Amino acid sequence: MGKCVLAVDDSKTMRDMVSFTLRGAGYTVVEADNGVNALKVLPGQKVDVIITDVNMPEMDGITLVRKIRAMPQHAGTPVLILTTESDQSKKDEGRSAGATGWIVKPFSPDKLLQIVAKVCP
Amino acid sequence: MSDDQSYDLSRFKATYFEECAELLATAEETIARLQDGTGSADDLNALFRCVHSIKGGGGAFAFDDLVHFAHVFETSMDALRSGRAELTPHVADILVRGNDTLGDFVRAAQDGVTLPADHGSEVKAHLAAIISGEPAAPKAAAPVSAPPAAAAGFTTWTIRLAPAPGMLRTGNDPLLMIRELSGLGEMKVAADLSRLPALAEMDALNAYLAWTFTLVTDKGRNSIEEVFEFVAGDSADVTIEQIGKTVEAEDGDGWGLFAPLPPAPETAPAPPAAAPVAAAQPHPAAAKGGGDAGAAGIHTSSIRVDLDRVDRLVNMVGELVITQAMLGQQASGFSIESHPELVQGLQELSHHTRELQESVMAIRAQPVKALFSRAPRLVRDLSAKLGKQAKLVMSGETTEVDKTVIEQLSDPLTHLIRNSLDHGIEMPEERIANGKPAEGTIHLAAEHRSGRVIIQVSDDGKGIDRKRVLEKAVEKGLVERGAQLTDEQIDQMIFAPGFSTAAQVSDVSGRGVGMDVVRRNIQDVGGRVVVQSTPGQGSRFILSLPLTLAVMDGMLVAVGNQRYVLPLTNIVESLRPTPQQARTLVNVGDVLTLRGDYIRLIRLYDLFGIRNAITETTRGLVVVVETEGGDRIGLLVDELLGQQQVVIKSLDSNYRPVEGISAATILGDGRVALILDVGALRIMGERLNRAQGEAAIGAQAAE
Repeated sequence: MGKCVLAVDDSKTMRDMVSFTLRGAGYTVVEADNGVNALKVLPGQKVDVIITDVNMPEMDGITLVRKIRAMPQHAGTPVLILTTESDQSKKDEGRSAGATGWIVKPFSPDKLLQIVAKVCP
Repeated sequence: MSDDQSYDLSRFKATYFEECAELLATAEETIARLQDGTGSADDLNALFRCVHSIKGGGGAFAFDDLVHFAHVFETSMDALRSGRAELTPHVADILVRGNDTLGDFVRAAQDGVTLPADHGSEVKAHLAAIISGEPAAPKAAAPVSAPPAAAAGFTTWTIRLAPAPGMLRTGNDPLLMIRELSGLGEMKVAADLSRLPALAEMDALNAYLAWTFTLVTDKGRNSIEEVFEFVAGDSADVTIEQIGKTVEAEDGDGWGLFAPLPPAPETAPAPPAAAPVAAAQPHPAAAKGGGDAGAAGIHTSSIRVDLDRVDRLVNMVGELVITQAMLGQQASGFSIESHPELVQGLQELSHHTRELQESVMAIRAQPVKALFSRAPRLVRDLSAKLGKQAKLVMSGETTEVDKTVIEQLSDPLTHLIRNSLDHGIEMPEERIANGKPAEGTIHLAAEHRSGRVIIQVSDDGKGIDRKRVLEKAVEKGLVERGAQLTDEQIDQMIFAPGFSTAAQVSDVSGRGVGMDVVRRNIQDVGGRVVVQSTPGQGSRFILSLPLTLAVMDGMLVAVGNQRYVLPLTNIVESLRPTPQQARTLVNVGDVLTLRGDYIRLIRLYDLFGIRNAITETTRGLVVVVETEGGDRIGLLVDELLGQQQVVIKSLDSNYRPVEGISAATILGDGRVALILDVGALRIMGERLNRAQGEAAIGAQAAE
């Protein structure tokens, strides 16, 4: 069984792209369209990496990272945040929330695979 | 790893543009709320997200112009969100224009065209001006990554130190080790007191405590091991574990990893209460691999389905309806006494089929809200442009209609609203002079009525100027001078092809299309439009639309050995004419007198060249039908076979267009029946009569 990635983004386009890229590389991908739904997925789901957008309705990515870090079984799960530009403040927020890294949207498939492989060897 | 060549982005484009359309519409609604003052901070956030998402996807497809503009738009919104700029009516107007321009860029990207370099530059400048303290020139949207930091490999370690009771006697002080360890990086400590005995039993020289350290350091394992060099193994249990893997704090091109922060205290692993002998993997990370590989799934509140799939489903259900009708027909000879299960089963099948059909149709149904959402803006912008005052009242926005109907209705509805504002609502002074409030009202309403959707656009303006319409109609040769027309007939003239008053071809009423185009658009989706008008009080345009384009209720009629379906909505009545009723008028042809009116009689057998049909008017049946224009004609048929729901099969796509026929359907016995297009029949009938009349005159002349 391949590694499982949870992709959280309110944009279906982005979810599709993340999914397609990762599935092509043998990952299993679970999708959620916002933080609230992502949290519904996590319990009972084996997730090796979480990739989340920052700006989402219902629950934003930063809050999601914080909530994930408060879950004992996901305290160590790598979480990558997607930012649209290299906005330092968002990165800082993500860092203090406990995110593992960041990716700037748009990303090339190679970049995505590269970073996912880095945090989830 | 896939490479860029094999990675075809275009597969996501359809999703993206679909999403953009939704986002732009949401943005528009949101801006409208912000504009009329009912908006909230959430609306600003939502608006930001819309633009942000459009930009995010746009970047993936390298729609640079789009991204560039979206970036400026987004940044200005950010200024509003953070309170750095204030949302004034002027700013709201700029947002409206910003959204429009963004829409232009999206459409250009979708159509693969490049907009002029200066497209939207004015709006962009305005948006940039909102961004307080920022110069008008927007920042480049391309990600500018910080210069790569010295790649230092930060790693999180969990270290357990459990001194043997006699460690202190060997001269090793844990405190020193802890100090040294903390010098390696950032560290959190948790003490394990489980071995601590009661005070009375405590030996001052014994070590009772154990510790778990979470250390984030860029030093290697060796440095940590060095700290415990003298105690490890002999006088203390030391376990050093790496959490996860080495995380390089680095800024790549467009991505990066944070040097990990020490975990927050509450997430630090609690030391196990049991004897702290190596083994245990205290970190929750251990749980990672343990869980069952769950099924992949999408956890969203709704799903997006390709329209083709829905249509395929609709089609299959249509086939099922036909099969069900066929079975019903085959089994009609069986009585419930002789075959109770069969008859009952068929009844249930029929019930379920209809329910299934309704459910499937509901998938394609969408609230008219999407259609109405553009109206507030249209009314606002246009009334300002015309110097009129008008408010828009909407009702029934949640009424659902087939998606295609909604799409097809967008232009006609826009046109009708424009028309109401342009021709209906008077200037404020004129309104006041007529004892009306200065502000006119346009009412947009939708409701379900007898299996159709009724959409009304009404205004409290001056109503249709019948005198002028009549003059115009005469001038355009649409009616003969001196013709006696009822008020209703005059009102409907505005839909006549070629009727377009000069003002209608103005900038305001749009692309110079007349009401005939509106009517044609509506008819294309099986709808009708009529207008009611009261001079001085206003006009009301009533659009009647089918709920779905896939099925309809029809009346099956027989002509010779052919069968046709007449849309039930067209049928007014049916009768067997008396000899007194059936007449032939010179220059007109066959007519039927009905309650004092003459109705043109169209002989279907004549029109379609059918043999063995009843040709004598008084022996056949006449179905009186009403065309979309409100004209009534009588269709001579042999008999009525019954009312039934039919599944519409397009003739255009399965065969070719046939005059007088709108579509086809498959009957219960598997035969194809054609669905009659009443409006076209009227035109065909007139032409046939004229041709016959001319032939008759020709024949007379020859004699």
